[in-house]
Amino acid sequence: MARIIVVTSGKGGVGKTTTSAAIAMGLAKRGHKTAVIDFDVGLRNLDLIMGCERRVVYDFVNVINGEATLNQALIRDKNCNQLYILPASQTRDKDALSQEGVGRILDELKKDFKYIVCDSPAGIERGAFLAMYYADDAFIVTNPEVSSVRDSDRMLGILSSKSRRAEHNEEPIKEYLLLTRYSPERVKLGEMLSVDDVQEILSLHLLGVIPESKSVLNASNSGTPVILDEKSDAGQAYADVIARYLGEDRPHRFIDEKKGLFGKLFGSK
Amino acid sequence: MSLLDYFRTSKTSSASLAKERLQILVAHERTSRNQPSYLPQLQKELLEVIRKYVSIDQDAISVNFEQDDNQETLELNIVLPDTNKKS
Repeated sequence: MARIIVVTSGKGGVGKTTTSAAIAMGLAKRGHKTAVIDFDVGLRNLDLIMGCERRVVYDFVNVINGEATLNQALIRDKNCNQLYILPASQTRDKDALSQEGVGRILDELKKDFKYIVCDSPAGIERGAFLAMYYADDAFIVTNPEVSSVRDSDRMLGILSSKSRRAEHNEEPIKEYLLLTRYSPERVKLGEMLSVDDVQEILSLHLLGVIPESKSVLNASNSGTPVILDEKSDAGQAYADVIARYLGEDRPHRFIDEKKGLFGKLFGSK
Repeated sequence: MSLLDYFRTSKTSSASLAKERLQILVAHERTSRNQPSYLPQLQKELLEVIRKYVSIDQDAISVNFEQDDNQETLELNIVLPDTNKKS
């Protein structure tokens, strides 16, 4: 059975597109045929993060309007042949995405793909609503910071009341927390909310903690999802996220400070 | 606790302040989220009806909605003005 994953947050700039690109690549690398869809109509960026911006011919809205077939619009990833990207349209028409149209395309994708990753735009407007409406699983991307945590909680409320599963009284969307831009050093100094603090407020299943990392900007500069940078901490953290999502048991590696031998022997936990 | 931690905890951390503020805010927003959307309108109309007969203040009426496992309770509280004052 295909599963639809929405990557959402409410707040902008927390790492939704970075996460969408990374997890879509991670799932595809594991051999699951995966499609990743950009729902940010008018401000598409997933193509840039995936490094396929020069291969965009048709987009999501073209497919909904019947101006192109799904196969024409889907871009096969250059690094992984199990991964396809459906770019957003750059139209300024706010109503370009219709609920019925999105449902139709997702149904069509479900026949052929194992995972469909929906990269939500920020906010709670139409694009964000449609990205989460048909979801089976939700990855809530949160920064350890007050406005992001508040917006995530708001998003959880929307997921549990406005989604298709909620409207049809079906089993609710599975919600997972992904804490990004985490800095264990600052947490230790008392300058940043810790994983436990955020968990105490949101109480979600923690899928992973992505450390603040230079590799994320490097990856977006070159248009390769950061998960492909296997030497980087963020890349490894995303690989762990995929493993956990697929049911494997992995310890959290990036919650505590990197410690030298001295710190390991004498530091507090 | 390492020696460094001892010095660090002496000043109040901004993270604990953030957590405290968030806990209060989120708890508040969650209760209002679960309320039916007609509640403010109901409160306003009730106020108008009551004002036809008694003069009361805006904040003299409170409408509370509570949800248990198997029942929903709508609690209405109207504070009538002190009649002694009038006379």
